[in-house]
Amino acid sequence: MAREFKPKIVSANDLHIGDVVYMNSGGGWTRKLAEAAIAHNAEEGETLMGRAAPQQAKVVGPYLADVALDDDGRPFPTHFREKFRTRGPSTRPDLGKQSANPERREPLAASGGI
Amino acid sequence: MYRYDEFDHDYVRARVSEFRDQTQRRIDGALTEDEYKPLRLQNGLYLQLHAYMLRVAVPYGTLNSRQMRTLAMIAERWDEGYGHFTTRQNIQYNWTKLTDVGDILDALADVEMHAIQTSGNCIRNVTADHFAGAAADEIEDPRPTAELVRQWSTAHPEFAFLPRKFKIAVTGSPNDRAVTKAHDIGLRMLRNDAGEPGYEVIVGGGLGRTPMIGKVIRDFLPKDDLLPYLEAILRVYNLHGRRDNKYKARIKILVHETGIDDMRAQVEAEFDRQMREEGGPLVAPDPVQVAKITAYFAPPAFEVLPDASTTLETAMANDAALAAWVGNNTSEHRTPGYAIVTVAIKGTGEAPGDATTAQMRVLADMGEKYSHDELRISHEQNVVLPHVRKDDLPAVFSALRKAGLATANAGLITDIIACPGLDYCALATARSIPVAQDLSRRFAAPERAKAIGNFTIKISGCINACGHHHVGHVGILGLEKSGIENYQITLGGDHTETMAVGERAGPGISAEEVGPAIERLVDAYLDTRADENERFIDTYRRIGAEPFKEALYAA
Repeated sequence: MAREFKPKIVSANDLHIGDVVYMNSGGGWTRKLAEAAIAHNAEEGETLMGRAAPQQAKVVGPYLADVALDDDGRPFPTHFREKFRTRGPSTRPDLGKQSANPERREPLAASGGI
Repeated sequence: MYRYDEFDHDYVRARVSEFRDQTQRRIDGALTEDEYKPLRLQNGLYLQLHAYMLRVAVPYGTLNSRQMRTLAMIAERWDEGYGHFTTRQNIQYNWTKLTDVGDILDALADVEMHAIQTSGNCIRNVTADHFAGAAADEIEDPRPTAELVRQWSTAHPEFAFLPRKFKIAVTGSPNDRAVTKAHDIGLRMLRNDAGEPGYEVIVGGGLGRTPMIGKVIRDFLPKDDLLPYLEAILRVYNLHGRRDNKYKARIKILVHETGIDDMRAQVEAEFDRQMREEGGPLVAPDPVQVAKITAYFAPPAFEVLPDASTTLETAMANDAALAAWVGNNTSEHRTPGYAIVTVAIKGTGEAPGDATTAQMRVLADMGEKYSHDELRISHEQNVVLPHVRKDDLPAVFSALRKAGLATANAGLITDIIACPGLDYCALATARSIPVAQDLSRRFAAPERAKAIGNFTIKISGCINACGHHHVGHVGILGLEKSGIENYQITLGGDHTETMAVGERAGPGISAEEVGPAIERLVDAYLDTRADENERFIDTYRRIGAEPFKEALYAA
C-alpha cells in the first residue's frame, strides 16, 4: 500500500544572509512559513522543487520539508529541527526570526534585495 | 608570540582578495553553490541552520589583546555582539553575512589572523596546551613546534585534499591538557635518556562516531626529524586512507584496520626514503627559521618576586569570593610570584564558550594590563591569562566580576564543554546548550560544586562529538529518537594522559530527564567515594559503572 503523502513546503537558506526562507505560491521567497506554498501531493512537490532549481543566485540548498496543516490550512512544522528553523536559537529568543525585529538583518537576496 | 613576516602578510591578503572575488562571482551567479561550497569551506565559512557561520583560527590558542579587541569589533560590527569559543581553540561567529565576509577577513588580516583551513579535508588549526609557556610542569613550550607545524601545513599542496580532515595537537607537559590522544596526530614533548629534546608521536586518535585512543607510533622522535616524520605519516594516510566511505576516512580507521605495527613500518619506510634523498629531506626546516620561530616565544620579562604574595593573602583573608576564585581558577606558574588565571566563559545558566563583545574587551584589557599582553583560548572553552602577578589577582578578579567573568568553577562540575548543537548547527541531531544551562543551574551552589570536586561533563549535539562527550567523566550525546530529542549518557571518559572512552550507561533519556538523572548520579558518587579527595573518575574506576547506572535510571 502506498504511504500517505504528507504535505510539504520548499525551504532553503537565503544566499546573502543565510536566513531561512520558504517558497511562496508565486515561486518567490518569504521569511514566513505561513506564506509558504504547500505541496499536497508528490507531483506538486516536484513542481515546487522545479521552480527552486534555477534560483541558485537567490537561495542555497532548497529541499522539501514535511508540514502539517492547521484548521485554516496554514502549514506548521512537524519535526523539531524545522521548528527551530522557523524561530532561531531556542537559547537566544532575541535572535533570528523569533526576535522582535527579525527583518533588521538586511533584505534577502531571495527577494531581489541588496 | 609569533609575528607575521612579509610572506605571511602577502599570502593572507592574497587569499582574502581571492576569496572576495570568488564570493562576488557566487553572488553574481557565475559560480554555482556546488562550485563555491568547497571554496568557502576552505576559508572557514559554513552555512548553518539560521545563517552563515565563520570559523576563525586562533593558532594553538594564543592571541594578544589587539587581536582579542578585533574579535570583539567583528562581533559588534558584523555579527550579533558575541562569539563562540570552540573546543579546537577557534572562535565562531554565528550570524555572518556573505556580503560582509571579505571585510571581516581583511579586519582579521590587519591583526595577523585568518580563517584558512578551519574547514575542509586538510590539516586544521594546530592546537596546544593552553598553559604553554607558563605551566610549572612543562618540559618545553610546545608553541614553537605548533607554529612550525602550522607553517608546514598551511597551503601544503600535497595535503590540501586529504581523505578527511586532519587534526594535530602538541603538549609540552606530561600532564596532557591538549587532548593529544584524541587527535589524528598527537605530539608529546619529552627528553630521551641523553637529555635530548624530542617527541612521543601518537597517531590515530579521534572521537566522532568511532572513538579511538591514539597509539604510539614512535617512542622518541628527535626534534629535527619532526617535519619529515609528519610528512611520512601524511603520505601513508593520503595514499591508503579510505576515500570510498566518509565515515571510514579518518586516519584512526586506517590505523585500526592496518594495525599500528604495519602502519609504523610503512611510515618508517617512507621516513627513511625521505632521509636518504640526496641533500636530505625536502621538508627539513631551516635551522635559522626554527631559531627565529623559537625566539618569538621567548618568555616575557618576568619580575623577580617572592612566590607568596602578602597583598593577595591579605585580600583573600577579607574576601571569601576572591579566595574561592583563586583556589579554583588559578594554576601554578613556572615563575615565582606569578599565577595562571582561567577565566570561565560559562557563568551560571550561560552557553559554554559564548563571550559578548563587552566581555572580550574586558579580557583584552586584562591581558594587556596584567598578563604581558597574552591570552589563550582553551579547548575547554575558557580564556586563560597566562602570566599574572599574584599581587594583581585581586584587581583582576574585581574587573572580571564586574564583567560577569569571575565564576569560580574551573575544573568543577559546571565547567561544562558543549558544542553549539541544534540551536545553530546544521549537522546536529539535538540541542546541547540548554542541557548545559540546566546542569549549570542545578549545580550552581559554590559549596556543593566544591564538595563534588573535579568532575567533567561534556555534551555533543550529534555523533560527530565536537563537545568531546566520549572523554567526559560524564558524556551526554544528543540524538533524535522517533522525532524527539534523546540523550545517551556515557560514564568513565577521561581526556587527559590517562585517556579513556566512556561507556554507554544504557538507553537514552529525554531532555527533561537529563538534569535529575545527573543529580542522582552525583549523589550516588558522594555517597560512595572513599573520601573527599577521591574524584568521580577514581570512584568510577574503583567500583565500576553499576552503582551509577542504577542511580541514572532510578526514577
